Amino acid sequence: MGRITLDKVRKAFGDVEVIPPLDLRIEDGEFVVFVGPSGCGKSTLLRLIAGLEDVSGGEIRIDGTDATNLSPAKRRLAMVFQSYALYPHMSVRKNIAFPLKMAGLDKAEIDKRVEGAAKVLNLDSYLDRRPGQLSGGQRQRVAIGRAIVREPSAFLFDEPLSNLDAALRVGMRLEISELHKRLATTMIYVTHDQVEAMTMADKIVVLQAGHIEQVGSPLELYRTPRNKFVAGFIGSPRMNLIEGPEAAKHDAHTIGIRPEHLMVTPEGGTWTGKIGVSEHLGSDTFFHVTVPGFAEPLTVRAGGEVDLHYDDEIHLTPDPAQIHRFDAEGLRLA
Amino acid sequence: MARAVTTQRKIAFTALAWIIGLAIFFPILWTILTSFKTEATAIADPPVFFNFDWTLENYTVVQERSDYMRYLWNSVVLAVGSTIFGIIIAVPAAWSMAFVPGKRTKDVLMWMLSTKMLPAVGVLYPIRLILIELGILDSKGALIFILMMINLPIIIWMLYTYFREIPGEILEAARMDGATLKDEILYVLTPMAIPGIASTVLLNIILAWNEAFWTLTLTTVDAAPLTAFIASYSSPEGLFYAKLSAASTMAIAPILILGWFSQKQLVRGLTFGAVK
Repeated sequence: MGRITLDKVRKAFGDVEVIPPLDLRIEDGEFVVFVGPSGCGKSTLLRLIAGLEDVSGGEIRIDGTDATNLSPAKRRLAMVFQSYALYPHMSVRKNIAFPLKMAGLDKAEIDKRVEGAAKVLNLDSYLDRRPGQLSGGQRQRVAIGRAIVREPSAFLFDEPLSNLDAALRVGMRLEISELHKRLATTMIYVTHDQVEAMTMADKIVVLQAGHIEQVGSPLELYRTPRNKFVAGFIGSPRMNLIEGPEAAKHDAHTIGIRPEHLMVTPEGGTWTGKIGVSEHLGSDTFFHVTVPGFAEPLTVRAGGEVDLHYDDEIHLTPDPAQIHRFDAEGLRLA
Repeated sequence: MARAVTTQRKIAFTALAWIIGLAIFFPILWTILTSFKTEATAIADPPVFFNFDWTLENYTVVQERSDYMRYLWNSVVLAVGSTIFGIIIAVPAAWSMAFVPGKRTKDVLMWMLSTKMLPAVGVLYPIRLILIELGILDSKGALIFILMMINLPIIIWMLYTYFREIPGEILEAARMDGATLKDEILYVLTPMAIPGIASTVLLNIILAWNEAFWTLTLTTVDAAPLTAFIASYSSPEGLFYAKLSAASTMAIAPILILGWFSQKQLVRGLTFGAVK
């Protein structure tokens, strides 16, 4: 079980309110990602759930019981930190065994569980090494191992992949997703990387300045962002946001169109512009197009081998069904 | 990055370093040499360096005249005792300052350091009178307490600097792993801070061992450590340079040896946090 409910949870450091009263429900077994720019309060929110920070108001319930004032140890949650936070003076075996030792399990049971976790995470041959002798990816696995052995009701991940290089990050992302499928335990995952959020989450919580901007599945957020912030934050490359007369044509203050929803046509088209920088990824090409009258260049996704170059003229047509409309406050118009 | 340094510069700096090192060490070397001379050679003019008849006579006389072992024992008790009590008080203090600092933590730290700027002689009489009043002048207990109080700011500062280097996330991980405050301190914090605690202990033992002002002014017989032992040889009995040197050598030898063997640890401890 791992159902977590936040009811009007608030956090202030002195006079500064970093998280205004906030409600959130996390269902058992869900993979929830808190995503937002740095300083949006996502890590603080996770630490409030973990019990590493005291709430300034409101209530946190874990599996129906009030956990607001419980110590971290009593919440039955496991956490994986950005810096891994392994105990440097202990071997891998002892690191993984530590929570079990704290729980007072007998030695045979501890050994069994540590061996089991090591097998799952491919750490068998490193059990007697110290964390200092391991690579970043291995350390991350040890940190995960330490979290899974105690069979917690939920896992908390605080930007666990940001210290790894790009290739390793993709691999670990898959491993964590697989782990979630296998264990079916609630996971709360904090990241500033919307790609991680999109690829891993059952449910994404987009945060800005301590506020929840939107909660939903990755595709819900992608298809119907509630406001301009979510629209710009979810999706890569980010959505083009256009203001002024072009938006007015659609009865909106701002319209948004994703790079993948702009069609490149040889001639005609709704908008005509000049190609600036182009980024060739092989599978796709992203053009940054300056259109006269637009405040910012548009990003356009085209096929991998389009024969267009710097300063060429390009004709663009937005898919009318994929135009997002926002009012002056930035809220989505139906 | 290695910087290109010319050979001449290297030689010049090496020579300079040796000259400064020898200049600092010379008085100690001279004391040790003198301790092996006869009283007559000790005051010879011009002074003799190595070409004299080496003798152990001074050591025999010093040992016969005064009870070296008793002074040595007192020194050990004072140095180790004041260090142990200091650490017991300083560890929790430094801990709270490093991990749960309050608004006034910085002020408290500065204030503690400022007490080291107070001239000791300014409080000599009040303290002496208090000890007399309490009937504990020349007692080891009182001296352990005073030495501990004198060095406490340094112990707390050193441990504080050390603890600050321990990442808070590791302690939080322990908390998440179900560790109580006691477990956290016992299994995670202390083992990680051992090198820091060790060098703090070493430095404090050396400081307490060498402390002369309070040990000389507050002891007579019972609690007198090696500093008093040396001082007793500079008495107006006459010029006994060789015997004074032998006494000094015997007094500094233990701490010199301890310092020599632990210099690596000491340097590491004193420069900890300076370089990452």
